[in-house]
Amino acid sequence: MSMVLAHGEILGHKKYGEHYHSLTIVTPDIGERVRPGQFVSLRCGDNRASILRRPFSVYRVHKRGGWASTVEIVFDIRGPGTTHLSQLRGHAIVDLIGPSGRGFVLPKRRAHCLLVGGGIGAAPLFFLADELRNEGHRVDVILGARNSGLLLGAIEARRLASVCRTTTEDGSMGDTGRVTDVLVETMEKCDTEVVYACGPHPMLAAVSKICVEQKIPIQVAVEELMACGYGVCMTCVMPLRRPLKRDESPEDATVYARSCTEGPVFNGAQVVWNGAADLVTEDQAELTPVGAPMRHGGIEEPADEHAPPGN
Amino acid sequence: MDLTTKLGPLELRNPVLVASGTFGAGREGAAFVELDKMGGIIVKSMTVSPWKGKPTPRMCETPSGMLNAIGIQNKGVDHFLAEDLPWLVKKKATVFASIAGNTVEEFVKVADKLRTGARGIAAVEVNISCPNLEDRNNMFSHSTTSTHAVVSKVKDALKRVPIFPKLSPNVTSLSEIASAALDAGADGLSLVNTVFGMSIDVETRRPKLAGVVGGLSGPAIHPIAVRAVHEIHQNFPHVPIIGQGGIATTGDALQLMLAGASAVAVGTMNFVNPRASLEIAEGIADYMTRHKMTDTAELVGALKIEG
Repeated sequence: MSMVLAHGEILGHKKYGEHYHSLTIVTPDIGERVRPGQFVSLRCGDNRASILRRPFSVYRVHKRGGWASTVEIVFDIRGPGTTHLSQLRGHAIVDLIGPSGRGFVLPKRRAHCLLVGGGIGAAPLFFLADELRNEGHRVDVILGARNSGLLLGAIEARRLASVCRTTTEDGSMGDTGRVTDVLVETMEKCDTEVVYACGPHPMLAAVSKICVEQKIPIQVAVEELMACGYGVCMTCVMPLRRPLKRDESPEDATVYARSCTEGPVFNGAQVVWNGAADLVTEDQAELTPVGAPMRHGGIEEPADEHAPPGN
Repeated sequence: MDLTTKLGPLELRNPVLVASGTFGAGREGAAFVELDKMGGIIVKSMTVSPWKGKPTPRMCETPSGMLNAIGIQNKGVDHFLAEDLPWLVKKKATVFASIAGNTVEEFVKVADKLRTGARGIAAVEVNISCPNLEDRNNMFSHSTTSTHAVVSKVKDALKRVPIFPKLSPNVTSLSEIASAALDAGADGLSLVNTVFGMSIDVETRRPKLAGVVGGLSGPAIHPIAVRAVHEIHQNFPHVPIIGQGGIATTGDALQLMLAGASAVAVGTMNFVNPRASLEIAEGIADYMTRHKMTDTAELVGALKIEG
């Protein structure tokens, strides 16, 4: 069976840099079975004002057997739910559902894999990188963010990737620019055979477009507003293209698929990107599983590949 | 504790159902609950042909609740009859089919298909909180005429199946709408559907929902539901009522029963806790033990008002 409703014990809280909080949760039922790209949904206390669960992609897993396996989530503070979670410390009990959704599909034969993460949207890519390396695949990484403080795991990425590029919009680390500015040259240099991406929608749209042009398979983990996270509320849908059968009108070519159960990993070439979820507002963003376009201060344009908060 | 509950002609295992649109057709929730222990499942509304639903964003969280504008995305009645219903029957679920449409004729077509195709449907909830294309897109449930038209035609099509129109609280006189539904042959009433609401992102000045306005649900609307059930039970004391709207706790469910609901349905809380309906049923059993009750009927309308 897939998902479970579980109680997990907080093993530890950490901060990564200035912005990001991490919770490691002892949850053997989920930790033993979760796959890269899947997510967990946490209740944020008994707050009756803000009732919905918050979804978080899994950043790291430690399989320590049936008693002690843990999952680690990373998040930044976006609202009352994440504020509550950031205050939890060791031994606190959290109510969580997982492992949820369809994760990344790993290559069947040895492959050169390029992982592209925007800000905290990079979170699920570290779990993915571990699994890919365990199976003998080559892993290259591009991380981008608005500034160095919003890059997640830049040092860790250098350790585990054959080639690691970072881009920041303000030039505070790595190349100045966006991940898409270095994507094609990195793909050529690394002989990339498959791309995995996670971050805000505009970044995923741009990366998908390039991969389609380069004829490279692209898997994206999307962030969509979720109420339930287990397939019943129909709020987190993504528009997907599908081939038309005879007698079908062009508008039948788009179907809405649930990000929580049919995603959050989709074929980037199949997603109808324009209009998808770029209306998600910052105060809503903590209801998305892997990072939404965040507008710090609320005055900037909807995010590019930068500063997606995440999970 | 025996929680067997009479709801009009129906006998339910317990008085706690799950509300339409909050539990799909049970498959996803089955990971967490035993469908054969639930009072019943009111499935996601179905239409005569598949509906694609509205663009995103479809929901936003609001104080003690959420707004949604989903547009009844569903695969259509044929899919329900072929795929979902046989599975639900196998799982021994008590099934309430929920039907929707944009014209009276669309409702009738769904009802006809349910009559001819369906064994194992306990009752039908009629979701009249849909825009009526033949009445300038006003909701059926906002007009006594439209309500009467839909309910009488659906009842003609489903003579042997109890039907429960689900009424909207966004009306001047709920009793007038209820009266129209009952005159048209409703066997009972579902009270209430979501409350119209809207939320705006002030930085972008855009509505938070792509559909601009949506339905407010969750604990925020519970007092509205209690008041609605109370009013209808006072005016129509013999009508079976399924009370719904913002139930999060056993106490919330009990309030609706004390106000006059024979059964209740948990909605938005299913998103937070898929086991909420079963836990609330257990809570009702505890309450009845404490209050030395043996039959859920003793709760129904047991409100005490002095004077």
